[in-house]
Amino acid sequence: MKPSPLAQHSTDEAAQPRMVRLIEAERARLTFSLDGAPATAREGDTILTAVLTARRYLAESAGGEDTRAGFCLMGACQECWVAVDGTRARACSTLVTAGMSVATGGHFTVG
Amino acid sequence: MADPAIAIVGAGPAGIRAAEALSRHGLSAILVDEAPKGGGQIYRQPPDSFQGPASSRYGFEARKASALHLTIKRLATAIDYRPSTLAWNVCNGRLDTLCAGRGESVVFDILVIATGAMDRMLPLPGWTLPGVYALGGAQIALKYQGCAIGQNTVFLGTGPLLYLVAYQYAKAGAKIEAVLDVNPAHAKRRALFALASSPRTLAKGIYYRASLGTHGIAVEEGVTPMGIAGTDEVRDVHYRRGSVDKSVRCDAVGLGFGLKSETQDGESTVSGVYLAGDGAGIGGADAAELWGERVGLSIAARCGRRHDASRIAKIDRRLARLARFRAGLERAFPLPLLGSTLPDDTILCRCESIRVGQVKDAIRAFDVVEMNRMKAISRVGMGRCQGRMCGHAAAELLAAETRQDLAAVGRLRGQPPIKPLPMPWPGTP
Ligand SMILES: Cc1cc2nc3c(=O)[nH]c(=O)nc-3n(C[C@H](O)[C@H](O)[C@H](O)COP(=O)(O)OP(=O)(O)OC[C@H]3O[C@@H](n4cnc5c(N)ncnc54)[C@H](O)[C@@H]3O)c2cc1C
Ligand code: FES
Repeated sequence: MKPSPLAQHSTDEAAQPRMVRLIEAERARLTFSLDGAPATAREGDTILTAVLTARRYLAESAGGEDTRAGFCLMGACQECWVAVDGTRARACSTLVTAGMSVATGGHFTVG
Repeated sequence: MADPAIAIVGAGPAGIRAAEALSRHGLSAILVDEAPKGGGQIYRQPPDSFQGPASSRYGFEARKASALHLTIKRLATAIDYRPSTLAWNVCNGRLDTLCAGRGESVVFDILVIATGAMDRMLPLPGWTLPGVYALGGAQIALKYQGCAIGQNTVFLGTGPLLYLVAYQYAKAGAKIEAVLDVNPAHAKRRALFALASSPRTLAKGIYYRASLGTHGIAVEEGVTPMGIAGTDEVRDVHYRRGSVDKSVRCDAVGLGFGLKSETQDGESTVSGVYLAGDGAGIGGADAAELWGERVGLSIAARCGRRHDASRIAKIDRRLARLARFRAGLERAFPLPLLGSTLPDDTILCRCESIRVGQVKDAIRAFDVVEMNRMKAISRVGMGRCQGRMCGHAAAELLAAETRQDLAAVGRLRGQPPIKPLPMPWPGTP
């Protein structure tokens, strides 16, 4: 079986996340679940921000051949779909709430 | 005659000013916007947990931003304002919307479309690597989330936003490796006369550009982008300047070539449907506010309300001046022809990872000469983004392959839903 591109990434550059908090970084913390593991976000983070300030990738591309980390951040490109509590949502336009469960593993095709 | 039902899509500068003008004339509207708060792109409001002052977010435009935010706050109690509501289909006097998983159809007599703009995008080798973001997206990361898109960023493309976003990043303390503009300095000098029609905006542009120098940031103009390299994420940007090949190391790229309307076309030919703001033609925020008000006043006049003719004449004069400025910007920052020169292995369609060579093969094998036929055969434009990212380059490619003018190949017809709907999708009752 072809290893998931996400799995290949987890070893390199683990130290630095992708996005860098510059302004008003010290907002209240909240915890949510990311791919089954506990994760921390700041209040007002989108899912995309919360994930990319923790790691360098969001999810596999729709075809599964590479990874993506969002692109337009304004709801136009549709590259940031994740599953939130079992429903699809755009990571760039959905705010994290405490206790939310986010899964980035599978990819979601549009019917 | 009963007052008509009026719906407005988009609570940016244009939509808000349209709603306000209508409200001033005793007309109420339903105003929908998919964002949780009003303000649109330029005056986008961050989530509540961000408490910093408007000046840190909107810079020179802080006063205008606060004024607009105050207007939408006041209007929210007077009209039917529906934030977090996506408009996904328009058909026969009916607007289909979705809010928090619930569908609702809004029946209207008059519709104002003020849906704004998005980045004008061109594919490049490597543009799907994690770390490459639309330039506007890079700005949203900062303005809406207080984040930079990477540790070391390159801004690549063209247009005033390229310099503005680089300036905003530098001011926020982000590390910028280079600003690479595909248009040469002489294009800007030639446009100066037209740009001088809005001297204050021109002065701001010159200030942003100059302050990049003060921050010690390399700005190169007239570059040809060759591609973004890296194995599983961005590592370098390669470009050519004159006959010299260069590269710059980075882990993030803000990529953008100006703005284009989110609606496909400028003029509405359907009676009762009005377009306003950047959604109708890129004019910038000031033009969007004026245009919105102008549309509101036109509708008020149509509904037999007394209106102030001198205000309309004044708006029209100002819009004409802003149009001259806009023409200057187009001359200073034209869209480069890149779509037809891309290597065959470049991904054209990000959604379905379709490469340039595959599209060329499809064009030749099926004698394709028109965009929608190309879409049906190659699937370019059929993915989740509906051709928003690759549409222009695909058209350029088809025109070059078939030796036609760009205008002759047509444009992608969008299909509803205009944006994908979250699933599971509960049916409208
Ligand atoms: C990312 C980005 C950043 C920009 N930054 C600047 C800047 O810093 N300075 C500057 O001068 N100009 C900037 N611009 C240009 C800017 O768009 C205009 O100057 C101004 O915001 C135009 O106002 P508008 O009302 O026409 O549209 P917008 O302000 O874009 O407002 C359109 C609104 O419509 C909503 N909308 C769109 N489609 C739908 C739908 N289907 N259903 C429901 N709601 C919808 C959007 O959520 C948005 O709130 C930017 C543009 C973009 C795309
Ligand atoms: S990043 Fe483009 S839709 Fe979310």
